[in-house]
Amino acid sequence: MKIAVCLKRVPDTTAKIVIAPDGKSIDESGIKFVPNPYDEFAIEEAIKLKETAGAGETVVIGLGSDATAETLRTALAMGIDRAILLQATGSPDGFEVAKALAAELKPGGYDLILFGKMAVDDYNHQVGPMVAELLDLPCITTVAHLTIANAGVHAEREIEGGIEIVTCALPAVLTCDKGLNNPRLPSLKGIMAAKKKPLETKPATLGGGSFELIGLSLPPERSAGKIVGEGVDAVATLVNLLRTEAKVL
Amino acid sequence: MAAILAVTEQRSNTLRKVSQEVVTAARSLADAMGATVDALVLGSGAVSGSGDLGGIGADRVLTGTHPEFNLYNPDGYASTIASMAGGYQAIIFAATATGRDLAPRVAARLGQGCATDVTAMSVEGGKIVVTRPIYAGKALQKLRLLGSPAILSIRPNTFAVKPSSKTGTAESISVPAFTARVTVKEIKAAAATTLDVAEASVVISGGRGLKEPANFKLLEDLAAAFGNAAVGASRAVVDAGWREHGAQVGQTGKTVSPGLYIAVGISGAIQHLAGMRTAKVIVAINKDKDAPIFKVADYGLVGDLFEILPRFTEEVKKLRSEH
Ligand SMILES: Cc1cc2nc3c(=O)[nH]c(=O)nc-3n(C[C@H](O)[C@H](O)[C@H](O)COP(=O)(O)OP(=O)(O)OC[C@H]3O[C@@H](n4cnc5c(N)ncnc54)[C@H](O)[C@@H]3O)c2cc1C
Ligand SMILES: Nc1ncnc2c1ncn2[C@@H]1O[C@H](COP(=O)(O)O)[C@@H](O)[C@H]1O
Repeated sequence: MKIAVCLKRVPDTTAKIVIAPDGKSIDESGIKFVPNPYDEFAIEEAIKLKETAGAGETVVIGLGSDATAETLRTALAMGIDRAILLQATGSPDGFEVAKALAAELKPGGYDLILFGKMAVDDYNHQVGPMVAELLDLPCITTVAHLTIANAGVHAEREIEGGIEIVTCALPAVLTCDKGLNNPRLPSLKGIMAAKKKPLETKPATLGGGSFELIGLSLPPERSAGKIVGEGVDAVATLVNLLRTEAKVL
Repeated sequence: MAAILAVTEQRSNTLRKVSQEVVTAARSLADAMGATVDALVLGSGAVSGSGDLGGIGADRVLTGTHPEFNLYNPDGYASTIASMAGGYQAIIFAATATGRDLAPRVAARLGQGCATDVTAMSVEGGKIVVTRPIYAGKALQKLRLLGSPAILSIRPNTFAVKPSSKTGTAESISVPAFTARVTVKEIKAAAATTLDVAEASVVISGGRGLKEPANFKLLEDLAAAFGNAAVGASRAVVDAGWREHGAQVGQTGKTVSPGLYIAVGISGAIQHLAGMRTAKVIVAINKDKDAPIFKVADYGLVGDLFEILPRFTEEVKKLRSEH
């Protein structure tokens, strides 16, 4: 099995977001960047599938600034075989990223291409299925449980109030959700090995995109919290406020 | 005349509530651009609820019927929508499990980007301008959509359904031949009564403060007293295996915008706040008066949840029976 994983470098989930003076980007100083949490499920699944098969190759592909190399090294330290960095600047929209990734993936002859269900920075939920369409491959999104047997994919995805059972044939594109597995931490040995693994760098070709970014803003602050009272005796006050003031009861 | 396509969702040939929000959102955009609204209904037979769409703003209700459309059919749906996209200024989806899967497929087929999880829209200089939360709601992004058609999905529970009196003329459309590369075999439903946290108008979430899984019964009782409520959870309890992944609220769970969010025994970590800070009203119950959840709570109650919850449920029941 030849498996590709697409990996994005994103701000740590605890990062405080400050808007840069240009009003169109965030101030990156002091922000720690990490592999997109959902992409870690994809990395873990790729490594596990190769381990189970006992043969094959795993490749991680990241599109972004040169600093993305560090994020790709984390994937190599976890156990991915080699990495490709598609150099790009700015924040291209999802379809532009999908086109650049698809162009890289197309000649690769992959049996499986794995994505995260979404990037926690842009919240797009789209690059995986877009790449699948561009490559004319079947695609199952937000996979929380996966079985691969006889070149067939059997997946479970969470939908509102239930679980959808979905099947397709390989080669295929899947996007990974929480619950799929427990991503391993890179071992010390893995970190050392990653330094010697191949990391190929090439420029990405990106178009202008479908959107004009007008600007970023911070969400309105919630008005300061109010403590209604203490203990069980305050319940009546709370219920009364919910009915008369908040009008939600 | 300009037109907007509102893509609805059904399950078992019954329209889902979020479909009305999509039609409402399409109507408000159409009014701002002087356009008409076509609601698209895809199913395997007559879809109940589609007759009501005129009353919330659909000029036409277009129904595409195919034996394989009883469940979601990614390739069939995408082919149908892509084949009819010409002539529309915008195509609007719901940012649900289905809509998030479908919208990017349609966008890619049409060579367009896709603005997902939109929470506000307007028309400026003839172009659609949308606002969408990024960085888990820690910032808002404002985009002008340049594509034609513009493709976007709206966040559930954000666009309140508004009555309107349009004709909702029923027409059927033909479903083009397609190859289904992906098959949805079945839906294993959670208990039929279970509401999803992303769509419920009241969400009651529990955290590690509940001490053990069985105690979530206290939250289920309160949810039952409210009637239209779903039970959510913090990641700590989901990771501990107390609750399903689908119930997790937060940065790596679901983003919810209910009318009322009640956090019980949840400390209020930044990743949890990311998923619920857009709730209209937030109530927190926690025994630690310094818990960060109180900073965002409109109404905080300090105390032991095991004492407070039964009384809360009782009071809500009492009120409900009076009205
Ligand atoms: C990458 C990443 C992503 C994450 N994503 C999410 C996410 O999506 N959602 C999420 O929720 N978390 C997420 N987290 C985890 C988050 O950081 C917190 O660890 C988690 O939210 C804590 O859960 P909790 O509030 O239930 O538990 P705790 O922090 O342990 O809080 C328990 C609370 O219960 C109160 N309590 C205890 N007993 C009682 C009682 N008898 N009566 C009343 N109150 C009581 C305590 O005072 C305390 O405040 C993420 C973390 C990381 C690193
Ligand atoms: N710049 C990127 N480089 C590599 N993979 C990406 C990039 N952007 C998005 N992806 C992949 O696409 C998934 C969905 O991202 P998004 O559609 O942006 O929410 C991510 O989880 C990654 O697997």
